[in-house]
Amino acid sequence: MTALTREETEALIQEVLEVYPEKAKKDRAKHLAVNDQSIEQSKKCITSNRKSLPGVMTIRGCAYAGSKGVVWGPIKDMIHISHGPVGCGAYSRAGRRNYYVGTTGINTFGTMNFTSDFQEKDIVFGGDKKLAKLIGEIEQLFPLHKGISVQSECPIGLIGDDIEAVSKKAAKEINKPVVPVRCEGFRGVSQSLGHHIANDAIRDWVLGNRDTSAFESTPYDVTIIGDYNIGGDAWATRTILEDMGLRVIAQWSGDGTIAEMENTPKAKLNLLHCYRSMNYISRHMEEKYGIPYMEYNFFGPTKIEESIRRIAGFFDATIQANAEKVIAKYKPIMEGIIAKYKPRLEGKRVMLYVGGLRPRHVIGAYEDLGMEVVGTGYEFAHNDDYDRTIKEMGNATLLYDDVTGFEFEEFVKKVKPDLVGSGIKEKFIFQKMGIPFRQMHSWDYSGPYHGYDGFAIFARDMDMTLNNPCWSKLTPPWKKAA
Amino acid sequence: MANIMIRRDSNGKYQFYLPKRDLEDTIVSMEFDTPEKWGGEIKLNNGGSYYIEPQPAPARLPYSVRAKRLDAAE
Repeated sequence: MTALTREETEALIQEVLEVYPEKAKKDRAKHLAVNDQSIEQSKKCITSNRKSLPGVMTIRGCAYAGSKGVVWGPIKDMIHISHGPVGCGAYSRAGRRNYYVGTTGINTFGTMNFTSDFQEKDIVFGGDKKLAKLIGEIEQLFPLHKGISVQSECPIGLIGDDIEAVSKKAAKEINKPVVPVRCEGFRGVSQSLGHHIANDAIRDWVLGNRDTSAFESTPYDVTIIGDYNIGGDAWATRTILEDMGLRVIAQWSGDGTIAEMENTPKAKLNLLHCYRSMNYISRHMEEKYGIPYMEYNFFGPTKIEESIRRIAGFFDATIQANAEKVIAKYKPIMEGIIAKYKPRLEGKRVMLYVGGLRPRHVIGAYEDLGMEVVGTGYEFAHNDDYDRTIKEMGNATLLYDDVTGFEFEEFVKKVKPDLVGSGIKEKFIFQKMGIPFRQMHSWDYSGPYHGYDGFAIFARDMDMTLNNPCWSKLTPPWKKAA
Repeated sequence: MANIMIRRDSNGKYQFYLPKRDLEDTIVSMEFDTPEKWGGEIKLNNGGSYYIEPQPAPARLPYSVRAKRLDAAE
């Protein structure tokens, strides 16, 4: 199918909206748009960061997911207590595949679940005593942990427990940081507020801890911020930066440690990958410590080259020369990959619906493979994310904010993309519809996708999914035209 | 009154950030923009406007300051 024109796309949005009652239709219409690159500000065409409508199927998460699942969870040498009933922690355990190095249960705790397992009596009488006891037990059982964070679940805020007081007291007793995080799930409209709360907690309880201690710094100290090492992403990124001659002193927060986080204010430049979830802390460091930050994009060779040059622009001629060397070193390898996969993928059309940074960042990687992104949307973006996305997307492509299950399905039925990239909740619907699907949250149990190493895997995975012979087997023989 | 943060973006323009509402936008105009007198009414790209008490320009950006909302766009 050829690309839709602007009128056709607008008609498609109207058609999809038709089933809603008047009020819901009016509200949802603001969240769906046809991309127009000439628009300077997204506000004119799309509304974002608003409460989801009751009754429609949203794909968003909650503040707890944003804090425990995204920002705090990957810090490997801390223990993150899911404070409240057992489910929130149990069902989100290790689902995000934040890889790390270490011995789980001894000095790293990434894939473990710690919870205070609230019962009725804790709701009635309060859970502060239980939390204090729990921290004591952790200290006894896992003495090599470097700190504890208390991730509140909904009931904590509802019953008004004073986790700050417990944390302060416990921190003195065990002589390690204990960080209370007020990330109750009901706060905010999506996980986005959870990121903000988590960043604020890091700012208030962690970041300044080593301000006075000595640190041997070099002029080339950088940090990777907002890379959660999904399938090893941060490692692929780190390789490139170290090849350039930079020293990565902290990874936030994939494969990160609390010591790295405390040392971050000693860096010369903060490299920010996921803008949505970690711009808060970068802003804070820019103001308090005068560390500039830069948003970069390590998806696909074109964008990687751009980013490498821009990163090198912050440093002296040595790094700039190294940057060119790195680009030259990988160029033939990347050309080989593109030569191999482009003929198999060229002209294929992709629809994305993810969170954070990917709806705009991966566009470049798909374009490198000759594919076209015909629709994109964010779960929890703000207006500034769409400002950036508009420039990346082609004209007359679809934009959808906080898309509902129904809308997404209808769009896919009408636009008929060759590939859909979204999360696990969408995966099986589309696979059953016979449309190749990749999970773009967890890289479908593959990865890394960042960096040069990641692009090779990205290209292979896309080919593997799109050109899989199974898609032609979906129609049973008796339904096939003779 | 709300706390806002003003920084320069990569194009050298002023950028406005309101942490409370996670609102981020470029500033299209600032009433006073000299080293001695800085602030006044600021207009945002999204159509909103805020007022900063005129003051000597901050030595270093980003800079957090109290601002009064005159007319928010949404």
